[in-house]
Amino acid sequence: MAATAPSHIHIKRKQLASLLHEVSDPEIPVVSIVDLGMILHIRDEDDQWEIILTPTYSGCPAIDVIPFMVEARMKEAGINDVKISMDISPPWSTDWISDEGKAKLLSYGIAPPDGTSSLRGDDGKPKACPQCGSSHTELISRFSSTPCKAAYRCLDCLEPFEYFKCF
Amino acid sequence: MNAKTKFLLHLADNPLILGQRLGEWCGHGPVLEQDIALTNTALDLIGQARLLYQYIAGFEEINLNEDSLAMLRYEHEYYNLLLLEQPNKDFGHTITRQFFYDAFNLIQYEALSHHADETLKAIAIKSLKEIKYHYRYSSEWMIRLGDGTPESHAIMQQAVNTLWRYTGEMFQLTTYETELIQSGDGVDIAGMETPWRDKVNDIFSRAGLSIPSVEIMLTGGKEGRHTEHMGYILSELQYMQRTYPQMTW
Repeated sequence: MAATAPSHIHIKRKQLASLLHEVSDPEIPVVSIVDLGMILHIRDEDDQWEIILTPTYSGCPAIDVIPFMVEARMKEAGINDVKISMDISPPWSTDWISDEGKAKLLSYGIAPPDGTSSLRGDDGKPKACPQCGSSHTELISRFSSTPCKAAYRCLDCLEPFEYFKCF
Repeated sequence: MNAKTKFLLHLADNPLILGQRLGEWCGHGPVLEQDIALTNTALDLIGQARLLYQYIAGFEEINLNEDSLAMLRYEHEYYNLLLLEQPNKDFGHTITRQFFYDAFNLIQYEALSHHADETLKAIAIKSLKEIKYHYRYSSEWMIRLGDGTPESHAIMQQAVNTLWRYTGEMFQLTTYETELIQSGDGVDIAGMETPWRDKVNDIFSRAGLSIPSVEIMLTGGKEGRHTEHMGYILSELQYMQRTYPQMTW
């Protein structure tokens, strides 16, 4: 993979990457698809760039919308010759969510995944309630408003909240 | 149709049909959280089915795209397990069906995630992460309800008694699976019965449930011979495409 674009391409990798940072997750708009670790590769393919995305869960309803959003953002920026594709290997993991992404989730009221899923082998637990910071929480349901989250309740401030499961 | 295509269709039809069944719970769950849990599981399953249909649609002998594979085949052309087309009935019944399948799928997909076919292997690795989660969910509910009130226990034992006769099919080799095993591309599902039983025994001992004595196991779904329920599922699943061919959102 070339580090910079060949001379016949005027678009730089950096430019593509910064545009991708502006594409929000359709269901958790506070984080971008880059924060969530959904970009597998930005590849220099002979005469065009190829952006390879990966789905979080195989049935995530956003699976068809995201490539469309990426394409729209590129077109808005005047870039029409980018190929966008999907790959499921290696499988997406919450280990790929950036620290910045985790901080954004927390400020949005979603407890970020705690720990490294590949090491834990389970879905983990929220470190603290995103509202009051208490570590005294309990599981309400293993599934929540999207497949990637579980529903928890804080036993101190009594607020229900969502936890982004280790996966 | 060659053995590999048939086997992949069997693998794809399983989550499609179970996903369709779970989708019937949408808006009818016993509590909001479980309504969401069942429909989220349905989404995962339909996503897994879709990955497999996309792969199959690329085969030369298949003249259908992923949507037509899912929506436009006839009943005898679906190869899902009979277990998965059984009606939802109550929440306990739905959970029991899910648990039997998840426990089996966990073992089967573990094996498939080492398959020589790179695409199938990638789909299996991706799906396995979700299957593990489904198993955790369904096995927890087996224990909670089996070891719950006398009423919940009775409902769970009744569900086990009704559904047990469909579990034997999971471990019975079809001609296409035997052919694949002989050519070195198969998965020894017959050998998965013992580890599956171990999982069931473990959860049942904690749930206070017992295995019924059933002499005859019902089979045929994997070869396209279905129970009466299948036609009703397909009439709902296929309604829009049959009524308005080629329609899109």
